Amino acid sequence: MSEWWTYSLSDFLLFSPRTYYRLFELYNLAVWPWHVLAIVLGLAVLVLWLRMGAWQGRTVAVILAACWLFVAWAYLLARYDTINWAASYFAAGFAVEALLLVWTGLIRNRLSPRPGRDVAGAAGLCIFVFALFAWPLVGRLLGRPWLQAEIFGIAPDPTVVATLGVLIAADRTHCELLVVPLLWCAISGATLWAMQSPDALLAPAAALLALVLACWKTLSRLRQVSPA
Amino acid sequence: MEQISALSRRRLLRAVVATGVAALFRPLLASSEQARVLSKPIPSAGEGLPAVGLGSWITFNVGNDRIARDACAQVMRAFFDSGGRLIDSSPMYGSSQEVIGYGLAKLNGPPSLFSADKVWISSGARGPDQIEASRRLWGVPRFDLLQVHNLLSWEQHLRTLLDMKDAGRLRYVGITTSEGRRHGDVERIIRAQRIDFVQVTYNILDRQVEERILPLARDRGIGVIVNRPFREGELLRKIGRYPLPGWAAEIGCTSWAQIILKFIVSHPGVTCAIPATTRVDHVRENMAAATGPLPDAAMRARMIAHVEKL
Repeated sequence: MSEWWTYSLSDFLLFSPRTYYRLFELYNLAVWPWHVLAIVLGLAVLVLWLRMGAWQGRTVAVILAACWLFVAWAYLLARYDTINWAASYFAAGFAVEALLLVWTGLIRNRLSPRPGRDVAGAAGLCIFVFALFAWPLVGRLLGRPWLQAEIFGIAPDPTVVATLGVLIAADRTHCELLVVPLLWCAISGATLWAMQSPDALLAPAAALLALVLACWKTLSRLRQVSPA
Repeated sequence: MEQISALSRRRLLRAVVATGVAALFRPLLASSEQARVLSKPIPSAGEGLPAVGLGSWITFNVGNDRIARDACAQVMRAFFDSGGRLIDSSPMYGSSQEVIGYGLAKLNGPPSLFSADKVWISSGARGPDQIEASRRLWGVPRFDLLQVHNLLSWEQHLRTLLDMKDAGRLRYVGITTSEGRRHGDVERIIRAQRIDFVQVTYNILDRQVEERILPLARDRGIGVIVNRPFREGELLRKIGRYPLPGWAAEIGCTSWAQIILKFIVSHPGVTCAIPATTRVDHVRENMAAATGPLPDAAMRARMIAHVEKL
């Protein structure tokens, strides 16, 4: 792309805000009542998170991976792709994240969120709860109809942000699992920003918090293992 | 209840009569509107083209939403009824080509259509496949005009398009750029290549093309299509809150959109402007800018001075 510095974010926006949010409306109508299952799965993650247990990490990873795959197929490939030719690449990214969650969480059993033992644990839990319960209300508070609500496990943003919450609270930093969610938050934030949506900064703010806490956790761990 | 039924019957009858009358006179009304529309010659062929066309960037990218697709088809119907001909799209515009195809099928393939599309792919070898895919989406036997979108791989694509034109599979060939980008390359292509059209950004505030591109295109007998006449609506949002100037009536304008469009199409080097819209009233308003008196040089200077002060 020549003269790239002359382009602004709005030059990359292929659709109107009306089309973008109407897509959620038609999508929600088409996949109902999967929302109920998605919310139940979100609550299951929350319960597993707070109760701990032998299969906690594995089950959380499988649930999250299933949600990422569903969003990749049902939303990104089947719907978003009709208005954004880049959506198939996003779907591939979501599928990669699902595979990484299965590999790290299920096969290697290395993804265990810890409930509020430190700042990262508490922040992760808050982000997850926000993504699960508050995210669907955001659009309504901004004047969009209920039918356009973005639900965890169904829509990309709350699914990604909820996953960031789990990753922040995990007992160790998984950089490989953070890449796709952070990239998506940047892409989604840029899209909403170009559409002048008031909630454009929500996902990027969650991503920034996740990044800062991941760095803090890594540094703390390095300090602990290094000799005095 | 009976009263309601009677009322309903009366209303229904009135509606049926009104629809019949409208259907009877619609072709006459449409043809009289079409006759009034300013037509400008395509320099390389002399064929007349209405000075206002229809763009599809963002506005027609509505995916599979049936209601939105029908609304786009209504916009297209109003466009053709008002005497419009040129519809412009690109493979880059998401579902726009498919939505145009949907609208054209719904309108039974308006014979006056002037189909303008683009080739937009970095591989020159894959250009013909993309063009064929675009043609199928539009549902037309061939395109009237194909343009190299944003000069992407223009050497290879231009060769393909010129070969298509020589073989009679395409009527006109062009290139596009927007928002003042790569004007040096555009000039070189205008000077060296056998193209019929160049598409650039031009409006009352973005007048960079007046210096070199428009005079050069005119000298070389190349038509000019103008994109982003309203800066994707930003220009109208900016000036739309001010009252219309008194001189608007002198050039037959009843809205800011018409003022902007009349300014553009009154330039002697411009063939056609392609505003995009999702609204039937807006497309009618835009098409009305291709009727009535056009501003002369003195009025154009006055228009610039006025808008720049806002």
